[in-house]
Amino acid sequence: MTQIDYGRAAKYFLLADFIKGFRLGFKYFFAPKATLNYPHEKGPLSPRFRGEHALRRYPNGEERCIACKLCEAICPAQAITIDAEPREDGSRRTTRYDIDMTKCIYCGFCQEACPVDAIVEGPNFEFSTETREELFYDKSKLLANGERWEAQIARNLELDAPYR
Amino acid sequence: MVDFFTTTNLGILLLTLGQCLLVLVPLLVALAFLMYADRKVWAAVQMRKGPNIVGAFGLLQSFADFIKYIVKEVVVPAGADKFVFFLAPMISFVTAVVAWAVIPFNEGWVLADVNVAILYVFAISSLEVYGVVMGGWASNSKYPFLGSLRSAAQMISYEVSIGLIIIGVIISTGSMNFGDIVAAQDGMGILSWYFLPHFPMLFLFFISALAETNRPPFDLPEAESELVAGYQVEYSSTPFLLFMIGELTAVVLMCALVSLLFLGGWLSPVEFLPDGILWMIIKMVFCFFIFAMVKAITPRYRYDQLMRLGWKVFLPMSLGWVVLVSFLAKFEVLGGFWARWTIGG
Repeated sequence: MTQIDYGRAAKYFLLADFIKGFRLGFKYFFAPKATLNYPHEKGPLSPRFRGEHALRRYPNGEERCIACKLCEAICPAQAITIDAEPREDGSRRTTRYDIDMTKCIYCGFCQEACPVDAIVEGPNFEFSTETREELFYDKSKLLANGERWEAQIARNLELDAPYR
Repeated sequence: MVDFFTTTNLGILLLTLGQCLLVLVPLLVALAFLMYADRKVWAAVQMRKGPNIVGAFGLLQSFADFIKYIVKEVVVPAGADKFVFFLAPMISFVTAVVAWAVIPFNEGWVLADVNVAILYVFAISSLEVYGVVMGGWASNSKYPFLGSLRSAAQMISYEVSIGLIIIGVIISTGSMNFGDIVAAQDGMGILSWYFLPHFPMLFLFFISALAETNRPPFDLPEAESELVAGYQVEYSSTPFLLFMIGELTAVVLMCALVSLLFLGGWLSPVEFLPDGILWMIIKMVFCFFIFAMVKAITPRYRYDQLMRLGWKVFLPMSLGWVVLVSFLAKFEVLGGFWARWTIGG
């Protein structure tokens, strides 16, 4: 005959586990909420955050990109396509700079490869679109991004500079 | 004018319809807010905020959900038995609502003051399983079918112990009328409510009610990790809404039963405060809060554990309690503590 564990039986019939759970539940009932009201509140982002791409300009309005094609070469997803020609004043500039955002894996190699800090991954991560075509970014879209996010991009680069 | 409503057939019909609406409309509106409360409680325990966008504090969330369900497309599986497929949610909803006909909210505030009210509620809530079984079968799909089989077994198992627990209350009262049952709990305020003489049965009834209404920890019929959503898998739009409202109505009905049978219905807990519908509502909301808390803190039972609890723990306990209460009532132990008909209840 097996021995009856009376302690365990008493716990079982007195719903000890349940009462413990209830007390714990009540403790968390009044605990501060962890929820972030996302579209209205946003979490902190690291200066190194790799979001949507942007092409930057110098303060005088000149494009930074010199069409060295290092980013195109290093891109592991082959998402970047660049065509280049000398401009009228003789400087080498891109005529085409496309990023296929559906291919991009956001590894950040392009911004690390860039010798002039032209292509960067900005802090923006809310760029979903309704069509696939809208995600094939061209040069004008990337330059527009650069203008839109320049303040934050510059600040992030400055904050991250000591570690580069 | 009064003659018209009490003597002519049309008048009586209109009066009855009006009374039905008087119960149904507040009930359904209350359900919307209870659903919201359910989600809020659940969220609070998990340190979330819960719905807080639609209306002030998200109070209108349930109404937004209702509208969403109604305007969505009804998808019928290709192999489904169409007639039964649509009949199932209607049965589930109608049986849940019909039971409210005999539930009193205050002294005399009842649609149908029948003598076997408690049997009627018991019979109707047993019929609820038909909606689930038919829904699972008519979907012609594996998971719904398995879910509905589980649900049928579960609801039948726990109905047995619910029935026996109710018998104890009936023995103490000597009547099956809810008005009489509540009247029998009158006297010394909170001390004369049935939860004291029937103390263990309050918990047994509550846990059985959880199982009966497929609430966690007994939500095996819709165990999402194994059955996706059980018998509701193939349902969408309004039929799904009907299932959901039916389920919630059944939960609130169980809250009403707990407060009527064990917590003294509309009676005030202290003698110097007047009795009234407010107490009934407070007790029901309290029960619902416990329902919601249980949902938040308990893990799901395994199927064999569920069956073991129902047949090997609850059934013997409630059966033994019926025998015990019969003796305690017959010999009027403690001056009729278990036999309220002797003290004029």
